[in-house]
Amino acid sequence: MAQMTMIQAITDAMRVELKNDENVLVFGEDVGQNGGVFRATEGLQDEFGEDRVFDTTLAESGIGGLAIGLAMEGFRPVPEIQFFGFVYEVMDSISGQMARIRYRSGGHYNAPITVRAPFGGGVHTPELHADSLEGLIAQQPGVKVVIPSTPYEAKGLLISAIRDNDPVVFLEHMKLYRSFRGEVPEDAYTVELGKADVKREGSDVTLLAYGAMVHSSLKAAEELEKDGIQAEVIDLRTISPVDYETILESVKKTNRVVFVQEAQRQAGIAGQVISEIQERAILHLEAPILRVTAPDTVYAFSDAEEVWLPDHKDIVERVNEVINF
Amino acid sequence: MKQVLENIESQFEMFQVLNEDGKVVNKDDLPDLSDDELKELMRRMVYTRILDQRSIALNRQGRLGFYAPTAGQEASQLGSQFALEQDDFILPGYRDVPQLIWQGLPLYQAFLFSKGHFHGNQYPDELRALSPQIIIGAQYVQTAGVALGLKKRGKKNVAITYTGDGGTSQGDFYEGINNAGAYKAPAIFVVQNNRFAISVPVEKQTNAKTLAQKAVAAGIEGIQVDGMDVLAVYAATKFARERAIAGEGPTLIETLTYRFGPHTMSGDDPTRYRTEELDKEWEKKDPLVRFRKYLEGKKLWSEEDENKVIEEAKEDIKKAIKQAEQQPKQKVTDLIENMFEELPTHLQEQKEIYQAKESK
Repeated sequence: MAQMTMIQAITDAMRVELKNDENVLVFGEDVGQNGGVFRATEGLQDEFGEDRVFDTTLAESGIGGLAIGLAMEGFRPVPEIQFFGFVYEVMDSISGQMARIRYRSGGHYNAPITVRAPFGGGVHTPELHADSLEGLIAQQPGVKVVIPSTPYEAKGLLISAIRDNDPVVFLEHMKLYRSFRGEVPEDAYTVELGKADVKREGSDVTLLAYGAMVHSSLKAAEELEKDGIQAEVIDLRTISPVDYETILESVKKTNRVVFVQEAQRQAGIAGQVISEIQERAILHLEAPILRVTAPDTVYAFSDAEEVWLPDHKDIVERVNEVINF
Repeated sequence: MKQVLENIESQFEMFQVLNEDGKVVNKDDLPDLSDDELKELMRRMVYTRILDQRSIALNRQGRLGFYAPTAGQEASQLGSQFALEQDDFILPGYRDVPQLIWQGLPLYQAFLFSKGHFHGNQYPDELRALSPQIIIGAQYVQTAGVALGLKKRGKKNVAITYTGDGGTSQGDFYEGINNAGAYKAPAIFVVQNNRFAISVPVEKQTNAKTLAQKAVAAGIEGIQVDGMDVLAVYAATKFARERAIAGEGPTLIETLTYRFGPHTMSGDDPTRYRTEELDKEWEKKDPLVRFRKYLEGKKLWSEEDENKVIEEAKEDIKKAIKQAEQQPKQKVTDLIENMFEELPTHLQEQKEIYQAKESK
C-alpha cells in the first residue's frame, strides 16, 4: 500500500473517479494547467484532457452555476472553491440552488455535485482563507457536509461523495494536507458518508471532533492517559447528517462528553450535537457536556491564530472539568 | 485618448420587423415562417393573453397562488420560445411560465406551480427546463453550465434563459454571460426590459443606454429588439440559435417590452411608480394588436379565428384548474422524501412523526 499525504489521497480519489466515470468533471480557479493552488488537481488535466479537467473564470458564483447546469446535462461535477472563505460568493448556488434541486423538482432532477474546498486555521493565511464556515452549509437541508481527517478517509469519503447522487460539500483542512502520511490503497474504495468513526477507544470520557481537531483530541487523549483517564475519540467525518448512533453508543459507555470544534462557539455544530445528546441520553450523563471552541470573534489575524485556535491543552482542561464535576 | 462609449452605444439600434401598424419595415429580416406557423404564433399569443386574464381572476378568487402577470410581454416570451427546438433547455424567471407551457408543460401543472404544489415542477421528460427561478440572476450562471454541458455532449441544442431589466444589475448576470462567452457555449440570454424592476425604472438601474450593449464587455453578441414585435423577437432568437449551434458563442437579446399589469398579484400597485401616459404609450404598442393587423392584412386572421382561440383557451383553463384542484394535497412526508435519494436517519425519524400526524 502506498504512503500518501491527505492531498495526494484527494488527488488520487479524483483520478480514480475520472477514470471510472466519464461524466465526472473537475474544474475551478487554477485547477487545470496549474493543478490547483494546493496542487490537489496536479497532473489531472494532462491525464484526462482539458474537456474533463478545466480552468474556470475567477467567479465563485459562476462556478456554482456551471456545476448546476452541467449536472442538468447528466455530468457529475466536482468543482473546487479555491478557499472556503470564498463560500459567501457561492452561497446561493450551494444553499439556494443545488441543495434544493431534487426537492424543488419533486425528484425529477438531482444534483450529483461535490464542491471541494480547503479550509481551516493554523497556516497563516490572509483573511477569509481559514475560517471554519461548515456550519453555514450544515444548516441547509439537502446538502451533505463531509470533513476528512486522514489520507485513507479523505480518498474513500471523496469517492463516496462523487458517487453520491445528491450534493456534497467536501471540506479539506489545510493543516492536514501535508502534515503526515498514511496508508492509502491504490484502487477505488469507499468510506460511507454519514458514519462517524471511533478513532480511539476509551471508557471515561467521549471527545467528539472533526477535521484537524480530531488530531488535537487524540493528542489530548494521550496526555490524559498519563493521568489514568481513558478518552474515547470520535471523528464525526460527516457533520451533516450527523451519525448520532455511534455518538450515543459512546456516551452511554463513558457518560461524559466534550465536543471539540475549531469554529467559533456561537451556533456551531457542537451546539447542535450536544442538544441532540441531551434529548436522547440525559439520564446517561454524569456531567454537563462542555465545549472547546474558538472564541466568538472574526477569525484571528494570522499572528494571533496559535492562541485563538483550540489546542490539546484546552481539551485536557475541559476534560478534567467534566471528570471532576 | 480615444473615447469609445458613445461610439459603441450608438451602434445598438432597436431591431424591428413590424411597426405599430403591423406594416413590415424591414423586409430583409422578415422571418421565413409559413402561413400556418404565423397563425400558430398568433393563436399562442391570444391564448396566453386569455390565460393571463383568467389567472389574475383565479388569483383574486383565491384559487391560484403566486402569479406574475404576462400581458404585454407575449411577443418577447412567445416569439423567442417559437424559435426553439424541443430538445433546447429553458431556464426561466418567475414570469416566464408561458414559454414552459408552449414547450410542453401541461397547463394544470403551471397552475400547481402557482398554488405552491411540488407536482407543478415535476416536468414531463420531453420538457427540458428548470422550474421558474426565484433568485434574480441565478438562472444566468446556470445557463452557462447547461450550455457548456450541451457543447461537451456535442448536441445541436441551446440553453436559453430569461431575466428582466433589473436582473442585469446582478453580479450573476455578468458571471453568466462572461462564462458562456469564455467557453463559447451555445447559450441565449434574453433580457425582457419591461422598464421597471418592480418599481425602480431602468434609468436608475444603469447608466448604460441599452442593456444589449452589456454583451460587449463579455465579448458576446448583443441585440436590442422591439419586444412588442413578435416577428423581430423570433428572428433575433433564431439568429442567436443558429450562431450558437454553429459554435459562434452566446448572444444577449434585450427585448424592449412592457408589462401591462402589476409586478405580481401579491399587492403591487403600478400607479405608485408608473404614469397613465406611459401606460397609454405602451398600450399602443400592444404585440397582439400589431401582429393581428399584420395577419389581417395577409388575410390570415379573422375575428372568427380570434374567438375560436378565446373559447379554446377558456375551455382548457377550466379543465386545467379543475385538474389542479383535484390533485391530492401534498404531504410533508412527500417533501421529506424529496430531500435525498436515500433518507438519512434524522429525516427518517422526522418522517415518522409526520406520518403519524398525517394519518390522523
